[in-house]
Amino acid sequence: MATLRIDKLNKAYGDVQVLKDIELAISDGEFVVLVGPSGCGKSTLLRMIAGLDGVTSGDIHIGERRVTNLEPSQRKIAMVFQSYALYPHMNVRKNMTFGLKFSGMKQAEMDRRVAEAARMLRLDQLLERRPRELSGGQRQRVAIGRAIVREPDVFLFDEPLSNLDAALRVSTRVEIAKLHRLLGATMVYVTHDQTEAMTLADRIVVMNQGRVAQVGRPLDLYYTPANLFVAGFIGSPAMNFFDARVEKKGPGSVTLSGMAFKPFELAATSFAPAVGAKIKIGVRPEHLGSPTPTGFQLAGAVELVERLGETSYAYIRGGGETQVVAEIRGRDAPSAGQTVILGAPDRELHLFDEAGERIAAA
Amino acid sequence: MRSKISAFGVHAVLTAYTFLAVAPILLVVMNSFKSRAAIFGAPVAPPSAATFSLIGYNKALGAAHVGWLFFNSIVVTLVSMGFVLLLGAMAAWALTEYKFRGSTLLALFLSIGVMVPIRLGSIAILTMMRNAHLNDTLIALILVYVAQGLPLSIFILSEFVEQIPKDLRDAARCDGVPETRIFFEVIAPLLRPAIATVAVFTIVPIWNDLWFPLILTSSDTTHTITLGVQQFLGQYVTDWNAVLAALSLAIVPVVVIYVIFSRQLIRGVTAGAVK
Repeated sequence: MATLRIDKLNKAYGDVQVLKDIELAISDGEFVVLVGPSGCGKSTLLRMIAGLDGVTSGDIHIGERRVTNLEPSQRKIAMVFQSYALYPHMNVRKNMTFGLKFSGMKQAEMDRRVAEAARMLRLDQLLERRPRELSGGQRQRVAIGRAIVREPDVFLFDEPLSNLDAALRVSTRVEIAKLHRLLGATMVYVTHDQTEAMTLADRIVVMNQGRVAQVGRPLDLYYTPANLFVAGFIGSPAMNFFDARVEKKGPGSVTLSGMAFKPFELAATSFAPAVGAKIKIGVRPEHLGSPTPTGFQLAGAVELVERLGETSYAYIRGGGETQVVAEIRGRDAPSAGQTVILGAPDRELHLFDEAGERIAAA
Repeated sequence: MRSKISAFGVHAVLTAYTFLAVAPILLVVMNSFKSRAAIFGAPVAPPSAATFSLIGYNKALGAAHVGWLFFNSIVVTLVSMGFVLLLGAMAAWALTEYKFRGSTLLALFLSIGVMVPIRLGSIAILTMMRNAHLNDTLIALILVYVAQGLPLSIFILSEFVEQIPKDLRDAARCDGVPETRIFFEVIAPLLRPAIATVAVFTIVPIWNDLWFPLILTSSDTTHTITLGVQQFLGQYVTDWNAVLAALSLAIVPVVVIYVIFSRQLIRGVTAGAVK
């Protein structure tokens, strides 16, 4: 078990800068999820932590050890791959012990570790099978078992659930969460699936174009996204954004106006942007509901309704051709063609300045 | 209906080709079991009770050095094959896995070997072997055959190495497996079908080769079977019984090796490694 610290980490392939000045400190036993769209550099970052890809500049520490230039095998890490990467010509037991042999471990110790991992992952009956005789979920459990027997300082997961079907993904996700609690190990987990990120992580690192967009606990990212990118990335369906303008700044309130919504006064004693500044207002679909007379309020025609049972998603065309998605709970969803008036309370409004950074309004 | 006709066409072509390929071999094997008169009397007839004779085999096996000829052929072929496969697989892995200065140049250099027949260098090879005092040894033959087989084997094996998922190598590295063991215990087993293919491609030309034994070996103890058979072909009299029997015997090892490797040829070992 150990901490993991990444300082000013850069990675470039020729002229292409893939990772830019990544700073990250992960505490002992923490479960950190790296999430972001494809090509954001999250897998590259993981591979650099593992030592599979070289570092262009910067440092990686595991515990007190500087591992930047060490071989993967010397870093005390274990990695689980999306493709499982089991050795196809070895049975489950050999898959798990193959790496241990080279560390000069005694047979008795290897047997103990395999038995323990097999018990944890319910692989006892499968130890003599070859990978091709296993189902996808079982293969993934073997891959995790192979990581566990190494008793590493840090576990690295590279999209481990992406190859599983939906039902298995949910159950394996729960198993990984349990495993983390059981082992109390430091884990770094890469995914593009925000449900995995939200449910598994102690902290989420949202990455975009080679940079860290925000680091925080799952609900912090959900309630106070630091910028437009995180606001749009976390949450499903994605947050609605409205162009707005600062009309007036009075003591204790600002007046905001825009094409899509009725001008309204927002209670705020400190508000950075000047009068006339262009800002964006973000509202999550699940926070659009019955309007209040003085708050944020918009009207629009319903174009399409997706009914999922308990919830429905209404796709609404608001003023200025703005596309709005609203989540409506219960039975009384509007139908297409209807005009609706929706609002959101002040505390559910997210404000962003022109650069896309969150505006603190208090 | 149309698919039936085209299936028939395909089978007709394949049957004709099979006949074309098998007929000469069949002819040799059939006639090797016949008496001399019967060989000339009815060359395409199978041996009957009246014409059946083992005289060819008696003569061929009776010749004092036939055992040597077989032994030489087998040693030269197997040792060359071993080196071609080992060095070829290692080079293929190195050239695809490690990018080092000159790796592209090296790959290009090796591909020249695929394009240019080694026989063009016969005189240079002969001089070289003489200078190294290796002429009339099996080592000379082995060296030549390894050089002859390597380029194509590297070429084919590189393609297969490319197809091995990179995650396996990464997993092994994370597992702390040394690079050499990654090659021998993870990569090489997965290359088995490819290695079998290359083995067959390598063996057949070596076993059948007449040219290099002819120019590089001069004594009975270093001749190979393919060259040795020529001794039964005289300038005035040819002992057809012995020639055909020796040729029939010479086919056997190649067939045996093919049967051994064909199982590997067909089997896909990677199934189950990666979804």
